[in-house]
Amino acid sequence: MYRYDEFDETIVRERVAEFTGQVARRLSGELTEDQFKPLRLMNGVYLQLHAYMLRIAVPYGVLSSRQLRRLAHIARTYDKGYGHFTTRQNLQFNWPALKDVPAILKELADVEMHCIQTSGNCIRNVTADHFAAAAADEVEDPRLWSEIIRQWSTFHPEFSYLPRKFKIAVTGAATDRAAVQTHDIGLHLRKDGAGVLRFSVYVGGGQGRIPYIAPLIKDDLTAEDLLSYLEATLRVYNRHGRRDNIHKARIKILVSSLGAEEFARQVDAEWAEIKDGVLKLPEEEVERIRAYFAPPAFETLPARSEAFEQAKAAHKDFARWTRLNAHAHKIPGYAMATISLKPIGGVPGDASDVQMEAVAAIAERYSFDEARVTHEQNLVLPHVNQDDLFAVWTALKAHDLATPNAGLVSDIIACPGLDYCDLANTRSINIAQAISEKFADLERQEKIGELKIKISGCINACGHHHVGHIGILGVDKHGEEFYQILLGGRADEKARLGKISGKGMAGEAIPDAIERVVTRYLAVRQDENERFIDAFERVGAATFEEALHGA
Amino acid sequence: MAREQVKRKKAVEPAEIPRGALLRDGKIVPNDSWIILNDIDGAPEGADVAVSITRFKAERDALLARNSGRLGVVIAAGEAVEEIAADAERFSLIFVQFPAFRDGRGFTTARLLRERYGYKGELRASGDVLEDQVFYMLRCGFDAFELIAADPEAAFARASRTFTEAYQYTGDAFVPAHRKRARRKIPE
Repeated sequence: MYRYDEFDETIVRERVAEFTGQVARRLSGELTEDQFKPLRLMNGVYLQLHAYMLRIAVPYGVLSSRQLRRLAHIARTYDKGYGHFTTRQNLQFNWPALKDVPAILKELADVEMHCIQTSGNCIRNVTADHFAAAAADEVEDPRLWSEIIRQWSTFHPEFSYLPRKFKIAVTGAATDRAAVQTHDIGLHLRKDGAGVLRFSVYVGGGQGRIPYIAPLIKDDLTAEDLLSYLEATLRVYNRHGRRDNIHKARIKILVSSLGAEEFARQVDAEWAEIKDGVLKLPEEEVERIRAYFAPPAFETLPARSEAFEQAKAAHKDFARWTRLNAHAHKIPGYAMATISLKPIGGVPGDASDVQMEAVAAIAERYSFDEARVTHEQNLVLPHVNQDDLFAVWTALKAHDLATPNAGLVSDIIACPGLDYCDLANTRSINIAQAISEKFADLERQEKIGELKIKISGCINACGHHHVGHIGILGVDKHGEEFYQILLGGRADEKARLGKISGKGMAGEAIPDAIERVVTRYLAVRQDENERFIDAFERVGAATFEEALHGA
Repeated sequence: MAREQVKRKKAVEPAEIPRGALLRDGKIVPNDSWIILNDIDGAPEGADVAVSITRFKAERDALLARNSGRLGVVIAAGEAVEEIAADAERFSLIFVQFPAFRDGRGFTTARLLRERYGYKGELRASGDVLEDQVFYMLRCGFDAFELIAADPEAAFARASRTFTEAYQYTGDAFVPAHRKRARRKIPE
């Protein structure tokens, strides 16, 4: 993985010093809360319902064991012993004291971590496919391109006061696991007929109250032009994005009001001015960064592991976990493993300090010292020798980290909702817990198969309800918590927005309503290989809506 | 995840835009010779005057023909720098207005003036200019600041030292990290 050199180290340390000064000015009263707000936001410090919240950047979701141990230490020392992994592949602490934030930042800097640009109207922490460099269907490792973008975007002087936040996601595989089309910029890497790396550039996707799937505005960008094209895009946005209405300030509104074609034309005009200048990406820099992401020392293994086969035969629970949470690796004899942070009835994405320590130890011993955070609020061990899978499972199970539900009905994305968030209309976590408990039978969950439920406690859509196969949106109805249900969304390479289905319902009614939809799906599917979303698209919404509303 | 709500700001009239203490080279300049004219009043004889883009376009030849006092222009947020780009070298000073701390359009304006249109005169950040933007403004080509701070010189000194390394080219003196890395190759 990437390691800081003296330049990265200097910049992060100087940032700690700067923010420490800003906190001191706030605590002394020199800065008012109003003046402090944009400054703290640019460093991931939010003022929530009960306390400050600190968001730590996990660039493109990659963590070393050392970093995980430090996060566990911070959870224990400065928080209430747990952290929350988010849909931005970041980690949030919900209870730090403002006066402790400088000390936390220093602890993070010691392990090459920071909170830079995890909030505020700037280019946010870049996200990427959590199966990077391991997935069998990968064309190009998105991490190195994410790192190049991370550096270019860090304290970019021109783009630190944008109209609104700006999120970039990168994927390098045929299957899009990074939801790139729902980002401000989504980059989908591919190789053209001549084997040359090309970037498909999607601009203007986003969720929130006005969701858009991003249109493709350039299909054949080459690597050397990546940064100049991004700079041209950001420049058009910085100049012309709306600043008069916060709800219309995202780039999606600019792209949609100009039309994708006109927006692309404006970007091209700006790009023509700068593409042959200093932003041309030198091949040697790409290769220098690529070297950090060199594959670990994989052994040459048989494709079939006898130890693995025997363990599966002997342990039914382990076999189920491997069917659901282990995934095909591009190297024979290896596997990727999803560590579910969705125990039945648990809080999606939460991990205790002890669990973080456990994952650190397992990753160190069995996954070349690397773990990943997924935007679906789970963790991943990217490179596990299949011979070791049983030991990994046993160790995970000891810490309640081996729920066999990756991609299933209880693998729910949920925003923090009214339990923590200042903006929420309703709770989300309790709905996720109730659904999870309703479908607690793991055998049945596996029979149901892939089904993605995503819950947001308000229209800002942090829980991605627009792109859930089943999306749940919390609204305030005359002071009561109330939920609208959306059907048919998806966030992959065939991204599509779900549609609100009929009248909303009270939270207590949701588990049974989901059960009716699932029962209908099981009745109409052609066979067990036809996933919920495929059946939905084949049969159409009506039959599912009818089931949802109990007809 | 959770977002901060920002109250909608009403449009700020130029007259309402605050102005801080003028700093050049980090030092307070007590007597600013420059007058920002409105679009009606005549230019006082011998005075250094700055006008809006609208007025400059309407009275371009007369303004350029003045033979006493220097000429400047004020670029408001949202105005296209291209409007005056062809005449950039005729100005001794360009004010770039920041109507609100959050409004970052002036950063792009500054870079275009310096890097694309070759403007060499004074480039002054004016308006809601706080310490925390100064480093970025310096990197975008500003060399004069109307800085709102309790102790503007101390604030400027702090701000200008925020970072000693940078990742990007922005036309200033910083050599980006990747260029330095390429240069430092040590023989094996």
